[in-house]
Amino acid sequence: MSVNTNDKKVDAKRRLLLAGCAAGGLGVMAIAVAQPKDRVIKVTAKRFDFSPSVIPLKRGVPVILELTSLDIPMGFNAPDFGVRADMVPGKVAKLRFIPDKTGEFTFYCDIFCGSGHESMSGSLVVT
Amino acid sequence: MNNGINNDPGNGVDRRGFLRLAGLGGVIFASGLSGWAAAADSMGVAGAEDFFFVQLSDTHWGFEGDVNPDAKGTLQKAVATVNGLEQVPDFIVFTGDLTHTTDDPRERRQRLAQFRDIVAALKVKTVYYMPGEHDAALDNGKAYQEFFGKTHYTFDHKGVHFIVLDNVTDPAARIGDEQLAWLAADLKQQPADARIVVFTHRPLFDLYPQWDWATRDGAKAVELLMPYSNVTVFYGHIHQENHHMTGHIAHHSAKSLIFPLPAPGSQPKRTPLAWDAAHPYQGLGVRTVKPEPRPRNTEYTLNELAVGAAKS
Repeated sequence: MSVNTNDKKVDAKRRLLLAGCAAGGLGVMAIAVAQPKDRVIKVTAKRFDFSPSVIPLKRGVPVILELTSLDIPMGFNAPDFGVRADMVPGKVAKLRFIPDKTGEFTFYCDIFCGSGHESMSGSLVVT
Repeated sequence: MNNGINNDPGNGVDRRGFLRLAGLGGVIFASGLSGWAAAADSMGVAGAEDFFFVQLSDTHWGFEGDVNPDAKGTLQKAVATVNGLEQVPDFIVFTGDLTHTTDDPRERRQRLAQFRDIVAALKVKTVYYMPGEHDAALDNGKAYQEFFGKTHYTFDHKGVHFIVLDNVTDPAARIGDEQLAWLAADLKQQPADARIVVFTHRPLFDLYPQWDWATRDGAKAVELLMPYSNVTVFYGHIHQENHHMTGHIAHHSAKSLIFPLPAPGSQPKRTPLAWDAAHPYQGLGVRTVKPEPRPRNTEYTLNELAVGAAKS
């Protein structure tokens, strides 16, 4: 009887352990599902505009900007997030970052592209 | 004449106080009006010779727009203003954006030629030039160099070492490793207490990158200059006066001769300030820096000479 009792105790422990593992596994899966997915936003530049010029983002949600230019080499610079990339015609540059603060932040062309260059900017609106 | 005080809240130093600091670093060399020699003596600057120069900037020849209905006449008025100065400056330096951007290479050359012909009327024959991004970024300085030669160089004047740096012919606003190596080699020839004045078009520090008011590798130039105790930087680009310190190095911007721009970050876009018919040429002009020696204290007075004040 005692042996059986012990066996039952061992079985119970194993069941708890397995249940724990299963729960843990489910937990890990749940976290994986809940992790924010990278948003992909295409941004094109042409003298002297960005499209879109206003980019809505979520704080803490990673974003990948796919950047290209339709005419001449441009730059995409968002100094508040310490990121920049060249925008070259015929190529797509991917810029991934996670907005870590809310508010409205300027991005701008940082490669001189003509007399409208000074007004070539847009906003990252992070909520 | 505009004697308004322009404070830079970013560094907490008002202009008068700032110039008192900067005066020890070299802005005194931009003066030379009566009294400078005595001021130099009181500051213990041995062997300093009295001289002054004029900085002109951002003339944007070829620009047309409502923000300056006299766009075709402002440069000539500036020339007349300088020619009318009581004391003839030793030299004049143009800190870039001599012309306004055009995509047409032939038109670019026409504008550079017209600019050259207009400033030929300056009575001061020693004139130094440097490009701004509007002159040189679209063709990497090719047309500019045909008219005005090298885009970076040095010269010496009465014991002061002047360095002209090019941070515009690369459209990405880089000085570049090659020019930085050239700067380092030049500085190695200078003693640590050399009196050094640097001219650039863009600011070497991050004034307001959101408006492209920065030089991508400007910090590397500042780092090279940092071991030298007497360095002052004069620049243009931002079309207004601004004073800033990076450590002991003073940076002063010049007003424009075409239109003023808003204070950094003061509005969403850097659109030019509107022309005020009641105050024509407001915000445009040249300045003089005058030392005022006192028994135990030396202060400086900045006088803004509006271009409209010139006799035409």
